[in-house]
Formats: sequence, structure tokens, C-alpha cells
Amino acid sequence: MTDRLVVVGASHAGCRLAFAARELGFAGEIVLIGAEPTPPYQRPPLSKGYLKGATPLAAILLKSEAAFHEAGIALRLGTPVTAIDRTARTVALASGGAIAWSRLALTTGARVRRLAVPGADLAGVFHMRDLADADALGAALPGAARAVVVGGGFIGLEAAAVLRGLGLAVTVLEAADRLAPRAFPPLLSAWLKTLHESRGVDVRLGAQLREIVGRDGRVAAAGLADGHEIACDLVVVGIGVVPADDLARDAGLAVDRGILVDAHGLTSDPAIAAAGDCARHPNPWAATPGAPTLLESVQNAHDQARVAAAALVGRPIVHDAVPWFWSDQYDTRIQMAGLSHPDDEIVLRGDPAAGRFSLLHLRDGRLAAVDSVGWPQDHMAARRLLIDRPAIDPERAGRHDGGLADLCRIG
Amino acid sequence: MTDVTFILRDGSRRTLDIAEGTSVMQAAVMENLKGIDGECGGCLSCATCHVYVEAIGTGALPPMDEEENALLDGVAAERRPESRLSCQILATPGLSGLVLRVPERQV
Ligand SMILES: Cc1cc2nc3c(=O)[nH]c(=O)nc-3n(C[C@H](O)[C@H](O)[C@H](O)COP(=O)(O)OP(=O)(O)OC[C@H]3O[C@@H](n4cnc5c(N)ncnc54)[C@H](O)[C@@H]3O)c2cc1C
Ligand code: FES
Repeated sequence: MTDRLVVVGASHAGCRLAFAARELGFAGEIVLIGAEPTPPYQRPPLSKGYLKGATPLAAILLKSEAAFHEAGIALRLGTPVTAIDRTARTVALASGGAIAWSRLALTTGARVRRLAVPGADLAGVFHMRDLADADALGAALPGAARAVVVGGGFIGLEAAAVLRGLGLAVTVLEAADRLAPRAFPPLLSAWLKTLHESRGVDVRLGAQLREIVGRDGRVAAAGLADGHEIACDLVVVGIGVVPADDLARDAGLAVDRGILVDAHGLTSDPAIAAAGDCARHPNPWAATPGAPTLLESVQNAHDQARVAAAALVGRPIVHDAVPWFWSDQYDTRIQMAGLSHPDDEIVLRGDPAAGRFSLLHLRDGRLAAVDSVGWPQDHMAARRLLIDRPAIDPERAGRHDGGLADLCRIG
Repeated sequence: MTDVTFILRDGSRRTLDIAEGTSVMQAAVMENLKGIDGECGGCLSCATCHVYVEAIGTGALPPMDEEENALLDGVAAERRPESRLSCQILATPGLSGLVLRVPERQV
């Protein structure tokens, strides 16, 4: 039988995994199968430069056609996989037929959580995940004057920033009592609220969406549980994602809100790996080190993909990269390193009023995560320092205004 | 189109013909050139697109802004006077002949 690696899901994780397998010396066939019709592209710009119209599609593609060809990676685009047969070792394609594999990788990512209120299907309601979503929203922008963004997390806030920058009146609805509550400590949530309000965005916290009010089949307003209606021409939904683990579940692989993998990226079937937004993996940076963790970031997709590729080619390594993430809102760059936890002790350094500060997350007196705003040096330093989880004196950290590395040396 | 030559870690050279306006990082990543990661897609968040400028063509390189300078402090390999982030170098006809050396590591 041919030695063939089949990769299901052709985005950040799938693309990286396919190329990594080749670089690690895999000599068999590689087939990268993707449901989307477009060649693999970067997702982060969809709510940033691409949505703004500043970055063309050609500039966000992950690899050129020539690069796939040169690496001997066969791309099957517009081809959803509908089932995995672990006995016959095949994947079934929606287009009919099946492809045999000797090693399989699942990099199916995540799907957006859809709005579940009356009116969610009206024209003018947009979700944000794929290129097609961004294109649909982009096409609706000319002529739109008022937007409601449902969800005050990263994607919602980035979309709000872009829409505001294009001149729309923007209202952000967040059900919690602060912005991005899952990702950020209260101080950073409050800072973000001020940032968006200073740009003229109407930020509503504790806002319960009751329905999308339509007129002639189109969005006319967002109706809140308290009876208020916010008139708008379009609604952008950013209320999180759900890991795409159904193929794995149906095939009998261990799944728990994500495909369960070990530290090498292998699923409960050692011939099958998983990586990226779909894979719940033991993460050494979790508050309980090694706890099964689901991350949604480019860094995680790339690093996990490399690890999974190594396991599939028989040269296993352990996934232990320091997690990091970024978000661009207006001209502000927010960067996170490590994994924060609500119980962390927070130490502020720098000057929030000047838009240059970091929040150090301390756990048992040791550096566990760093959120930086407008301070790329701190972020870069944090990514290196975190490897050793240095002990930090909070008292001193708050006063110190030199480099983060110096602080750790003295502390 | 702009010819940019990369000196790879094994000493070999590879020249890419880059469309005007495309960043050198983007072109290198697209062509799977080994040693340029460009994890953040060029938004000055990762410093994994570090290069050493060996020789410039006829035109001057774009000046380094404060953010690039800040990020260069965090590169994995040694920072040198000729260090740049390749996502901040957009191809222009004047840059043809640019020679960049890939550092020993990006992460
Ligand atoms: C708008 C937006 C902005 C973002 N911004 C940032 C950011 O600034 N920084 C950051 O670090 N991260 C950001 N992210 C998150 C980041 O893009 C994801 O973590 C990353 O894309 C995960 O990669 P992945 O390959 O695991 O999954 P995905 O990118 O979700 O790709 C999965 C692919 O698999 C395909 N697929 C699924 N099921 C099947 C099937 N059965 N058959 C065939 N194909 C299938 C899907 O169509 C999709 O193309 C952003 C995400 C979005 C949506
Ligand atoms: S590609 Fe990330 S900083 Fe250049």
C-alpha cells in the first residue's frame, strides 16, 4: 500500500503540518484536503487589513502554488470530508469517492457559534470566520451607515474598529459586565472600553440581545432584552467558536469539546493526529500544567502542527511552546504571552493613559502570562522569559520601568 | 518585479522575483523559503521574519520605524546593525539586487 499522509482541513494548521511532514523527511504522498474553495490563506487579516480593504487576497495566501508543487503536496480544495473509516483507512469525500491514507491528520479548526435569536437569518447578519464571511460583510459595507456588533471579544472588537474606521456608527453589545472577559483581567477590559469609546463606538455591557428586528427580510434593528432597539443596517456576530470535532467523534476517536490529543499531537488512534483550533491538548502553560486545553491562535495552530507532523513521521517531540496571541484594534497592538487565569495576581507596569503598558500575571509568585498594550519589547521579552517562569517581586515590578528582562534578573 | 537574493543557512542562495508592493517576508513565506517564518503575517507581532542585510541594490531600504526597532530587540538570533524585519521591506524596483542573509534561528 502507498504510504500516504492525508490532512483534512487546509488552513494554518493543515498547511503547516503538510509542509512540516515533508521537511521532516516524509517520503510518501501528501494530500491536503480543504472544504473551502480558496487556496489556504491567513485568517487574522479577515477582521483587520483585509476587511478594511487595505490588504488584497494575494497578500494573505499562506503558500504559492509553486511551493505546494515543489513540496509534493497535492491540494484538494472545495472538497469537504464527510467521514473517516478507520478500519479501511479511508476518508469519504462529499463529492463522492474516498481517499486512502496510511497516516491521517485532522486540522479542521473551528466553526463560528451562530446567533440563536429570532431574526438571526435575516439578510445583513454576518458571522466572521472564513474568507467568504469577510467578503460578504465587505460587500455590504458600501451604503451601510450603522452597525451593531454582537460580542465584545477579539473578533467583535477588531471588526468594530475596522467598521468605525470606515465611518460607520458602531454599537458593541457584550452580555458580560466587561469586554473580553474570558481573555483579559478587568483592568484591560476597562482600558479597551475607553479605547473604543474614545473612537466613538457605543459600548453596551450587560446587553442581552433578544432578537434581530427585520424589515422586508433585512436587518433593521437589534432588539435588546430590556426593550431597547438599536437601529442598524447590519449586524456582525462574534460570539465565539466551536471546535470542528464531529468527524473525529463519528469515527470513534476520543473527543471532549475538541479532539483529544496527547503531548505529541496524536489522537486516541496513534495513526491519526490532530492540531490547531480543533485539538484539545495537554498544555504545560495551563494553570494546572498539562491540563487539556483548547487554544484558538495562529501560534498554537503552527506549533501544534509541527509537533503532530513529527509524531506522524515517527520522530515525536513534545508540544511545549509558549502560547502567544495578538490583536490589532485601530492603531493599538495588544499582545499576550503565556496563559492567564482569573486567579492570577496582576501587576501593572507602564502607563495605560499613554497606551503603553503591560499586565504581569503572577501565579505563586512566578510569571505566568503577560498582556502588553503598545509595548512590543515587553511582549517579546515575555515570550522568552516565560520559558523559565521566573519569580517576580510584585512590589518591585510595579515600580520598575526598565526592560522586563532586567526586572526578572533583579527580582 | 524586484530580485531579492536570500543566503540560506546552508550557504546556498535563492533569488525570488517579488511583485512590487509585496513584502519580502510574504514572498519568502509563500515560496516556502527555509528560515523565514513570518508567523504573524507581517503585522509586527512576531519578529520571526528577521534578516541580515548583506547588500542593497541601487535604491535605499525603507527607514526603520520605532516599532520595528523595538521588535528587533526581541529576535531569537543575535541582533546586529544590519538586522531588519523582512515584513517591513516592501519590494520596489529600486530594491532589485538586495541580498539578505537568513539568521540561524527565528524562534
Ligand atoms: C476573523 C479572525 C481573526 C483572527 N485573528 C487572530 C489574530 O489576530 N491572532 C491569532 O493568533 N489568531 C487569530 N485568529 C485565530 C486563528 O485564525 C485560528 O486560531 C487559526 O485559523 C486556526 O487554524 P486551524 O488551521 O486550526 O483552523 P481553521 O483556520 O479554522 O481552518 C480549518 C479549515 O478546515 C476546513 N475544514 C473543516 N472541516 C472540514 C472537513 N470536514 N473537510 C475538509 N475541510 C474541512 C475548514 O473549512 C477550514 O478551512 C483569528 C480568527 C478569525 C476567524
Ligand atoms: S512577520 Fe511578524 S514581525 Fe514580521
